[in-house]
Amino acid sequence: MSVDKDTVRRIAKLARLKVTEERLDPMVAELNGIFQWVEMLNEVKVEGVPAMTSVVAQKLKWRKDEVADGDVADGLMRNAPESEENFFVVPKVVE
Amino acid sequence: MSLPSSLASFNLAEARDALKAKSISSRELTDALIRAAADSRGLNAFVTETPERAVEMAQASDLRIKHGEARVLEGLPLAIKDLFCTKGVRTTAGSKILSNFVPPYESTVTQNLWNAGAVMLGKTNMDEFAMGSSNETSAAGPALNPWRAKNSNANLVPGGSSGGSAAAVAGDLCLAAIGTDTGGSIRQPAAVTGIVGLKPTYGRCSRFGIVAFASSLDQAGPMTKTVRDAAMLLTSMASVDPKDSTSVDIAVPDYEKQMAGGIKGLRVGIPREYRIDGAPAEVSALWEKGAAWLKAQGAEIVEVSLPHTKYALPTYYIVAPAEASSNLARYDGVRFGHRAKGVSDITELYENSRAEGFGAEVQRRILIGTYVLSAGYYDAYYARAQKLRTLIKRDFDQAFERCDVLLTPATPGPAFGVGEKTADPVSMYLQDVFTVTVNLAGLPALSVPAGLTANGLPLGLQLIGKAFDEGTILRAGKAIEDAAQFIHKPTDWWRAA
Repeated sequence: MSVDKDTVRRIAKLARLKVTEERLDPMVAELNGIFQWVEMLNEVKVEGVPAMTSVVAQKLKWRKDEVADGDVADGLMRNAPESEENFFVVPKVVE
Repeated sequence: MSLPSSLASFNLAEARDALKAKSISSRELTDALIRAAADSRGLNAFVTETPERAVEMAQASDLRIKHGEARVLEGLPLAIKDLFCTKGVRTTAGSKILSNFVPPYESTVTQNLWNAGAVMLGKTNMDEFAMGSSNETSAAGPALNPWRAKNSNANLVPGGSSGGSAAAVAGDLCLAAIGTDTGGSIRQPAAVTGIVGLKPTYGRCSRFGIVAFASSLDQAGPMTKTVRDAAMLLTSMASVDPKDSTSVDIAVPDYEKQMAGGIKGLRVGIPREYRIDGAPAEVSALWEKGAAWLKAQGAEIVEVSLPHTKYALPTYYIVAPAEASSNLARYDGVRFGHRAKGVSDITELYENSRAEGFGAEVQRRILIGTYVLSAGYYDAYYARAQKLRTLIKRDFDQAFERCDVLLTPATPGPAFGVGEKTADPVSMYLQDVFTVTVNLAGLPALSVPAGLTANGLPLGLQLIGKAFDEGTILRAGKAIEDAAQFIHKPTDWWRAA
């Protein structure tokens, strides 16, 4: 399988990553170099092999659904690029 | 007053013993290392130096020592990879997108170290979001390897992604450092800078507060001057943490004690698939020497097979980017990190902030990850890779029926030149050919410096253990260390006159 310019445009859109027109061609080449290399995985028969879900045999832990932390709004807002009274400010989302 | 320059070249255990004997103070030690770091900015090992905090912590430690209240790492100065969130100290993950990020919380691993009395010298350079094997993808520019080839002035990379931590330990800018390892990011830089690097079992150290790259592979670990120091540090770093549901509920042993006892009767497996075409003869020769050293100390050498080894790297380059593309979705310019200016709507805000904030390698991996998870391609790539991962893990399970530990080379060669592999991503990825299998299987592994090439550059050997059997690889690592007598040091060409 290989990718073309349209595919790169489409996945860039999915990834919310702006890829300029002049970067498209080099990106197609770079990605195809990598995809050609991973093609070798097709040599392996994987029918009946379960997909890995956890490297360490363990049951995920359960915990009580209760508040353990909080009242940290000031700390959370300190890194905001733009904020107003503990709200994050962004361009208008809904017309 | 000038302190003996040798203070900076102490290892962790030596410094601990000297502090205990009160022959030095933490303040003296810390001052010497602050000065060493300041004189060594040419290595670009630190992204942020924190001398004021270091002095404050050292003074508090000296008080505790005076009052007989010393903890296990009391007064010992460490360098921390800039992937660990440190409360109130900028944490960049080597990325422009986090260039102004100051965490309001502390990672569990670093908190454990401070609780044990350690002193923070600063945050070390690294490949952006830990994606790289040379430290060259860092937004802060490459860290340099303190080592240079014989009769050469060419700059070499310190490996990656924990390149700054490796350079800081090898250059005597700290007693020891902390790194993270997703595909080899502790062991590969340790090997090419002549130091010890340990990747613990997945789940041994909490991942809370470590900027996430690939969550099913990431682990924190020590980078040190000796095997004993690695054992010491891991004992303090590891914990069961309610903030990380994948941290495993197994009591943390005293690894320094587990390291002792020798290797009589230990079964050491040599995986035949690790003999790769085109590997330099020096790498294979050192590997054979390592097996001979272990045998001479009473180990039994057995040949084993890990048939899916060659599929590990391509499997990794599907799994890791897939997880990364998902983890890195949070960097959108809204709540923290870089935000693009002059945008007209919210989509443009996301797209431009991410394009401006992420470097080329990170963008490449986000796109790969997005593609392999996208509708129509998921089964062909991601699901298949996760099945391969099961097969790779099964290889190890079967090998460990016949042996207790595996011995392999750590890297396919010594440190390479700055800029030498940046044009071809796959050639860079091949740096991790011997280390990446271990992450896919969640196992612990240790890289130990074992010799120099004819050109005078360090090479390491890797010991791979069963899950949660760090004690055995430390014991075998000590045996390699004792036999190799790796006492070499780089010349300090980088120090300011």
